[in-house]
Amino acid sequence: MKKHTYLVLGLLGFAALLTGCGNGNQGKSSSGALNSSNAEKVYVAPGEHDEFYAFFSGGYSGNLTVYGLPSGRMFKEIPVFSQFATSGYGYSEETKPMLNTSHGFVPWDDAHHPDISQTNGELDGRWIFINGNNTPRIARISLTTFETEEIIEVPNSAGNHSSSFVTENSEYVVAGTRFSVPIPQRDIPINEYKGNFQGALSFISVEPEHGSMDIKFQIIMPGFNYDLSHPGRGKSHGWFFFTTYNTEEASTLQEVNSSQNDKDFIAAINWKKIEAYVNNGGGTKMPANYAHNVYDESTHTATSTMKKEVLTVNPLDVPGAVFFLPTPKSPHGCDVDPSGQYIIGNGKLSADLTVHSFDNMIAAIEDKKFDGEAYGIPILKFEDVLAGTVKSGGLGPLHTEFDAEGNAYTTFFISSEVVKWKLGTWEVIDRKPTYYSVGHLMIPGGNSRKPFGKYVVALNKITKDRYLPVGPEMEHSAQIYDISGEKMELLYDFPTHGEPHYAAGIPAELLAPKSKKFYKLADNKHPYATLGAADSKVVREGKDVHVYMSTIRSHFTPDNIEGVKVGDKVYFHITNQEQDFDVPHGFAIIGANTSELLVMPGQTKTIVWEPKQVGVWPFYCTDFCSALHQEMQGYVRVSPANSNLELSWSLGD
Amino acid sequence: MFPTTNLKTLIVSFLMLGVLFSCKNEPKTATAPTNGKAVTKEVEQQGQAFIADDGSTPNVLQIAMGSPDHSTLVAAVQAAELENALVNAGPLMVFAPTNEAFAALPAGTVEDLLKPENKDALANILKYHVTAGNYSKEFLMKFKKLGQANDQNVAVEVVGDDVFVGGAKILASVPAGNGIVHVVDKVILPPTE
Repeated sequence: MKKHTYLVLGLLGFAALLTGCGNGNQGKSSSGALNSSNAEKVYVAPGEHDEFYAFFSGGYSGNLTVYGLPSGRMFKEIPVFSQFATSGYGYSEETKPMLNTSHGFVPWDDAHHPDISQTNGELDGRWIFINGNNTPRIARISLTTFETEEIIEVPNSAGNHSSSFVTENSEYVVAGTRFSVPIPQRDIPINEYKGNFQGALSFISVEPEHGSMDIKFQIIMPGFNYDLSHPGRGKSHGWFFFTTYNTEEASTLQEVNSSQNDKDFIAAINWKKIEAYVNNGGGTKMPANYAHNVYDESTHTATSTMKKEVLTVNPLDVPGAVFFLPTPKSPHGCDVDPSGQYIIGNGKLSADLTVHSFDNMIAAIEDKKFDGEAYGIPILKFEDVLAGTVKSGGLGPLHTEFDAEGNAYTTFFISSEVVKWKLGTWEVIDRKPTYYSVGHLMIPGGNSRKPFGKYVVALNKITKDRYLPVGPEMEHSAQIYDISGEKMELLYDFPTHGEPHYAAGIPAELLAPKSKKFYKLADNKHPYATLGAADSKVVREGKDVHVYMSTIRSHFTPDNIEGVKVGDKVYFHITNQEQDFDVPHGFAIIGANTSELLVMPGQTKTIVWEPKQVGVWPFYCTDFCSALHQEMQGYVRVSPANSNLELSWSLGD
Repeated sequence: MFPTTNLKTLIVSFLMLGVLFSCKNEPKTATAPTNGKAVTKEVEQQGQAFIADDGSTPNVLQIAMGSPDHSTLVAAVQAAELENALVNAGPLMVFAPTNEAFAALPAGTVEDLLKPENKDALANILKYHVTAGNYSKEFLMKFKKLGQANDQNVAVEVVGDDVFVGGAKILASVPAGNGIVHVVDKVILPPTE
């Protein structure tokens, strides 16, 4: 026995000698950023621009961050589902309605999967969509203003995870439920899950010109967990694919009970067929209650409307529209290659990837080669739809993206690596470690008909020692790899914000030229706008005091206000008179139980201030707008509640 | 364990390896290693397995490395370069055969598996000892089978108070930061396909 041990150790030394550095593929060129040509590849000289925009979901920040690639520089955090004190989003009177839901005001969410709108299967750069996972919502963000324009709540859904992916012409943005729930919600024992809980897959139409969202229909599916999804494209346009797990329909200890079946399913949905069905009057209108919040750029104001009905479709009523493709090991990511031929199930408890063939699927459906059914939905035979298996050697595959050369790139969480493999031959071409425990990955356009390739970004879940430590909580790390050659090359490592799940990248030239520089004051239709300093005024309506205030470098009009009383509710409606790019003014007043406002040129924003103490209270501009920024301030005199002092206001008197 | 002289020889040989094959992107090679483990670190270099962290709850790899009864297993894990997979967030359940269990294999088996050309076969066997999960011995009694990291299933049997996984008996269990280590009395060989 001892002899063996020595041999083991001796041979170990030998093995280490033969394999050299760590992960086997680490050749001479792999010394990362120490390699000067790698440094050049990510270096964007001062004043130069990045080649790609990258939009990273903020995860538990609820927001979306905008980065440049290859530099990894962060440009902006776009508030979506979370209040954002930096700009006043969700605090200002105009934006509070954006966060309204059927559960009331919900100022936070867990933002997961950004997806850029498409035309003919290619990124068109009009909007980016992202899902709120916790209180199910889908947001649409303008890629002209880089602001959230619309949020629609998704009823009958819970854990809105297999979302928010768009069809080839952005006909729909799709939102699938991760948690099945009673539909409609009702008071039943949890252990009656099986057969009573159901999963809603929502197809939200996107109006082609303005992008307005509306739930066209919900498919009410068996009570599985719908994990991730992607649209068919090219030949498979008109279909949508969802991974499922917990086909066991367990309601407790899922980590054991939902891993009992060797195979779960990828649900293949022929949405065109269902669309035709509902267009012909099919489906059942069901009472519901969900918020639809729309931000109007001309009034700079959001409105929230509660919708009371949703159209549901029982998949059994549309024969030939829904099928199950058996897929091993609780598949997580569901990815479709640029041709639309291959549907990849990333079985997270597996070492292998399962690739289904769209052609095989259609042939099996036509030949009615079914292998039983689940709740009446036909199950196709695994062998009939399988195109191939990627024997990766990695552990815990999660997500796959594609380049334009017929290669796929898959993340492996447990073995912490990105594996490059070839579509069609399924051979592994390269593998590179990530630091550490990678979740999603992103190639610009990597889930469209036209990937732009060049880079893959690995979005890691664990940071540990990658950066200077900053206490127990670390931002997540991302790594960018050059994928222009046969082998991937790690170029650079940068921290991200929140927990990026998915990301979406797009060439800068598609967005930069149309990025809005400022809002035209002449187009401002805000009911409390002050379109010129001369229009400034203060109006009392009972205990409400409306201050119509204008800002310009470097003063507020008015800057002295008297006649406000304790117990009043003061609305500061601030209109920025500037008409230049990047000249916002801020507004903050002492004791406000809300945030500041950051008001863009031409825009009007409002905060409420409820003075509780007698005195003279200052307000000031929070954005260093000009050389006389420090002079940009004013006072409000607050008198006792029973004071008879009339309202007055002035500037320079 | 091993006689000191042999250990010293090993350290020297590892040191030499470290000198010959030190990696450019691993700047932490200056300190003189004081035991075999430290030297190994420098040879293999990168990934979560090599982060210096003495304060956190030990992970499944650290537990195995700290156990004198598992030096063969640890050596095999290192030869298969699976360290980083075992320090992942997990949860991971490792069935850890003792040195005795490895020694009970037919003569020559371990030596063969440690040959570089058999790295994949070794990795396959080792992954057959790993489950994505974290279950106590008592909880494992609820299972009929487990899905292992090499993509094959292993049977779970209960005999009296004992739990057998793929025929190997659980002797002891050690909770880890990222899962649990169940010490087993046999090497579990995956069924051939």
